Amino acid sequence: MKRALLLLRRRIISSIPVLLIVVIFSFFLLESASGDAVDAYLGSIGGGDAALIKSLRESYGLDQSVFARLWLYLSSLARLDLGWSVAFNRPVRDLIAERLPNTLLLMGSATALSFGLGSALGILAGARPGSLRDRFLSIGSLIIYAIPSFWLGLVLSILFSVKLRWLPIAGIETIASGKTGFPRAFDIAEHLALPVGALSFIYLALFLRVMRSGMAEAWKLDFVLFARTKGLSRSRIVLRHVARNALLPLVTMLGLQSAAMLGGSVVIESVFAIPGFGRLAQEAVNGRDAPLLMGIIVTSAVLVICVNFIIDLVYAALDPRIGASEGRA
Amino acid sequence: MTLLKRLLRTPEGTIGLVILAALLIAGLLAPAISPGDPLRIAGRALLSPFSDPSLPLGTDRLGRDVLAGLLYGARTSLAVGIAAALSAMLLGLFVGMAAGFAGGAIDEALMRVVDAFQIVPGFLLALAFVSIIGVSTPVVVFAIALGTWADPARLTRAQVLSIRERDYVAAARVIGMHPAEIAFKEILPNALPPVLALSATIVAGAILTEAALSFLGLGNPNLATWGSMIAEGRSVLRSAAYLSVLPGLALAITVLGVHLFSEGLTRALGHEGDSR
Repeated sequence: MKRALLLLRRRIISSIPVLLIVVIFSFFLLESASGDAVDAYLGSIGGGDAALIKSLRESYGLDQSVFARLWLYLSSLARLDLGWSVAFNRPVRDLIAERLPNTLLLMGSATALSFGLGSALGILAGARPGSLRDRFLSIGSLIIYAIPSFWLGLVLSILFSVKLRWLPIAGIETIASGKTGFPRAFDIAEHLALPVGALSFIYLALFLRVMRSGMAEAWKLDFVLFARTKGLSRSRIVLRHVARNALLPLVTMLGLQSAAMLGGSVVIESVFAIPGFGRLAQEAVNGRDAPLLMGIIVTSAVLVICVNFIIDLVYAALDPRIGASEGRA
Repeated sequence: MTLLKRLLRTPEGTIGLVILAALLIAGLLAPAISPGDPLRIAGRALLSPFSDPSLPLGTDRLGRDVLAGLLYGARTSLAVGIAAALSAMLLGLFVGMAAGFAGGAIDEALMRVVDAFQIVPGFLLALAFVSIIGVSTPVVVFAIALGTWADPARLTRAQVLSIRERDYVAAARVIGMHPAEIAFKEILPNALPPVLALSATIVAGAILTEAALSFLGLGNPNLATWGSMIAEGRSVLRSAAYLSVLPGLALAITVLGVHLFSEGLTRALGHEGDSR
């Protein structure tokens, strides 16, 4: 427990400057946009007179200097206030809080599926490196790894929603179905089956490959040779010695891929019309909603930091050598 | 030449090389095979494939030639993918070298910037960047590079730090070589190979990112791209699924080609290590 707290403290301290860079960079990026939120808002309502424009600019703080606004943004961020969305006319924080659970559900399920299935297939391939089964799985994973997730999503929906009519084509749940409890959970699962499948496919291949190559390396190590001379059964060696040793790089990969997976969910949510975080990003882009886009970038960075902290904890649990004194960089 | 021979001895390398060569030829010869603008109306709308010999793969919802779109799409995909990967590698090499050589506070500051770019999802960053600066091919290239340069930067720095401590670098220092000469003649050539090995993954990732951006309508609208073809086909998915399926297949085959090529190259280089 003490180790966990120390890891948490280290993670927080090292994350603050990084997060600050993210905020400042995205602030100046949005600053360089031609036309501000007021222009976008006026465009959407069909224009306005000069007095209205001036009062709107004042109310958003857009009449102040760049640095004054950056300071304003940073200090409101410290109070967990992400600003006001122009396109939705609502607080950014509420919008994100509303959409984030759907994306976390999508990402969490896709991570669990790709990690579980990918490592299991990786163990099958790595149990006998160079065997026919290994060759087949390796080539197969290379093909899967090349398939773009959004296109796979489309193909899956043609097959299972249009042709076979087994699964719903879009959304997160049946609108106004009045379902609660277990039937509702089942309804959501039905809606998420295709998007989760499409998102996890490419990572499944990645985890399979990392597991397999980790195991291929582990077979050459002395302790595996020792286990074999001891006469342990092959399945025991594969699972307890070889696979276990190859698990650490897999956990590292999980942390490295969390940002990419969040990015991938933007497109998947757009394909399946899931009202999530990624779709919100697209709506912010379409509505030229700078405060919302900014909030999304900052939140995604915080999310990735959180995932990496969880990875730290898993790492510490798997590898007792990682203590409070030395962690991963 | 021997590397090419060794590459061709691996099945992955051969297939990858064939796929990439075919794509390159398709992209280069696109104006000769399908002259004129690939986005012009070429015939009746929604002509199914193999029904008209002059339009072998049929037409889309607006009557545009699907084959021409695929060929010119190969051009866009490869050009944007390679340009973005090249920019990301150069930026990563530059920052990684600077951090590795400078050390101290500069190293610390640069690495925090690298961290910042690693925790923001690259695709989200590219999406925001393109939508803010405005769509054009150079902006798309730079946006993709912006989301990918952190990995090569980190690897370059690690390489520089480890090679700096090697004996032959110390020897170079002892004989009075200029630090810049040591950096470019002794350290850089030895730091490069593992970083270059990343390039295939980066090219493949850049091609996929470009496709996803144009799928969401953030590609150059004046160019034929596979991503925008897939998006266009969505509205007639029920009646003419081939319009989305074909460009997606082209995309998957391209990325597979890049991965196979890199796999073959790794094995070819690995065998070189064994024989030494």
